[in-house]
Amino acid sequence: MVDGAAQFGGGGLMGAALGMRRSYEAVAPHKEVLPEPLLAKLVIGGLGLAFLVLFLFIPLVAVFHGALEKGWDLFLQSFDDPAGWHAIQLTLIVAAIAVPLNMVFGLAAAWAITKFKFRGKSFLITLIDLPFAVSPVVAGLIYVLLCGRQGWFGPWLLEHDIRIIFALPGIVLATIFVTFPFVARELIPLMQAQGNDEEFAAVTLGAGGWQTFWRVTLPKVKWGLLYGVILCNARAMGEFGAVSVVSGHIRGQTNTIPLHIEILYNEYQAVAAFAFAALLALLALVTLGVKTLVETLSRGQFRGDAQLVIAAKEA
Amino acid sequence: MRRRILPGFGLTLGFTLLYLGLIVLLPLSATVWKTSSLGLEGFWEVATTPRALASYRVTFGLSLLAALVNGVFGVIVAWMLVRYEFPGKKLVDAMVDLPFALPTAVAGIALATLYAPQGWLGRWFEEFGIKVAFTPAGIFVALTFIGLPFVVRTVQPVLEQAERELEEAAASLGATWWQTVRRIILPVLLPSILTGVAMAFARAIGEYGSVIFIAGNMPMISEITPLLIVIKLEQYDYAGATALAVVMLVASFCLLLVINTLQWWTARRSSGGVA
Repeated sequence: MVDGAAQFGGGGLMGAALGMRRSYEAVAPHKEVLPEPLLAKLVIGGLGLAFLVLFLFIPLVAVFHGALEKGWDLFLQSFDDPAGWHAIQLTLIVAAIAVPLNMVFGLAAAWAITKFKFRGKSFLITLIDLPFAVSPVVAGLIYVLLCGRQGWFGPWLLEHDIRIIFALPGIVLATIFVTFPFVARELIPLMQAQGNDEEFAAVTLGAGGWQTFWRVTLPKVKWGLLYGVILCNARAMGEFGAVSVVSGHIRGQTNTIPLHIEILYNEYQAVAAFAFAALLALLALVTLGVKTLVETLSRGQFRGDAQLVIAAKEA
Repeated sequence: MRRRILPGFGLTLGFTLLYLGLIVLLPLSATVWKTSSLGLEGFWEVATTPRALASYRVTFGLSLLAALVNGVFGVIVAWMLVRYEFPGKKLVDAMVDLPFALPTAVAGIALATLYAPQGWLGRWFEEFGIKVAFTPAGIFVALTFIGLPFVVRTVQPVLEQAERELEEAAASLGATWWQTVRRIILPVLLPSILTGVAMAFARAIGEYGSVIFIAGNMPMISEITPLLIVIKLEQYDYAGATALAVVMLVASFCLLLVINTLQWWTARRSSGGVA
């Protein structure tokens, strides 16, 4: 009963948990086969809700409460701070470099993995997953060991006066590493499930490789790609551990929003810390919203694809 | 059928390998190089100092505890989302992924404020004489939060596709509800539960951002290994930081293997079915 989608969707460390839900089959409506005792329903429902309220809803509410507790004026005043604006700018720059690169990588990796057979494919998928299994702190450290003063390339970089660690390139590299698998991991199961029939048809009818990619594949995967990119972006803007190791925490120079939040919090500027935290929490909520939307849309699209195949065959 | 009908194999695989090599493999090999310069004895010495051993106990012990708690409540939440109908179910379903999308520093300051002695939840615990923030209990709270989606999301699809015929059969043979759950449903769910627990555990041992705000960070008591790596780096003790990082990397690799095996088992279980 497990189709390709379920197999690949469940693959890897983050596949099942992070990706969109892969059950493209319509789930049969719930039939009450075995009456569940009312007591069991109450206990399960009560425990489940209590757990979610305690661990999800209260922390989320606490972020916005912390930001608005002293009123709108103070909330807005928190952004009246050059260091804060610099942190916002830096975060946007880092995401603007890291996310497109990981998007191109995700598309290339998904094309290679889902369109061709080759040896060592599952090993390659494991390697793509690897950054997700590595602690963010270790992710930062490996770049310090590569490019830091004591590192592999350290002497060479010093000689040529190129700064990577404690500067923008290091922050970008660490962010790329941490968000490395997100787009690829979203696209691989999706493209696996969709199959290559349309691409075969396009090539047989004389389309070139790029034409096939732009006109056939990209429209097919656009929703999955959108969610992958949005998630990658949210994680890139919110990354703390890895960036904290490589940034050097130079205020107004190498502080991203999450690092700025840490400084404000440690200086007991709770309202300002939560104001910036609320910005990132909003981004997280938008990401979840897009995910839900994309899930709904891609289910519809999956049915649409079948019609597309028929149309292509008729053409 | 010809193997490569579609073009672009060389280009896409070439780019994939180049990017993977530059971003992931090259820095990782720098770490191996740094460790090898330590020598085996030197590595052992820095990796097993009392402070390092205490940090492993805190990190791995509390991560395991948090993953197990998520194992229990994850099944309960997945059950709720699959089998019950209630208003706002879609919203609740979407919110389960919040710990993925919410930056760790945001979660960290929110949890630290909530569980501080004057916080909304901390105040309540204080009445029972329990301190959560700035103790190992706080670390457990943070690790439970970040591991929450894993078990729910691994169990949910399996439960959705579970064959109701088996339950019907059990019921018609006179099994009670609890017997059916224990003997029929839980064994089917077991591989996915274990996968989710292993994922939550793997995520928890590396976690840094959400923990450091609430942990109190007392050496030997509430200091996690990732924080100890940062402290060593701030003291320019690159060898010490690298040794600890290698311990963490080895643990991550082993867990990745365990998770892959568990997933293979899950896929085989659910595809095998009764047949």
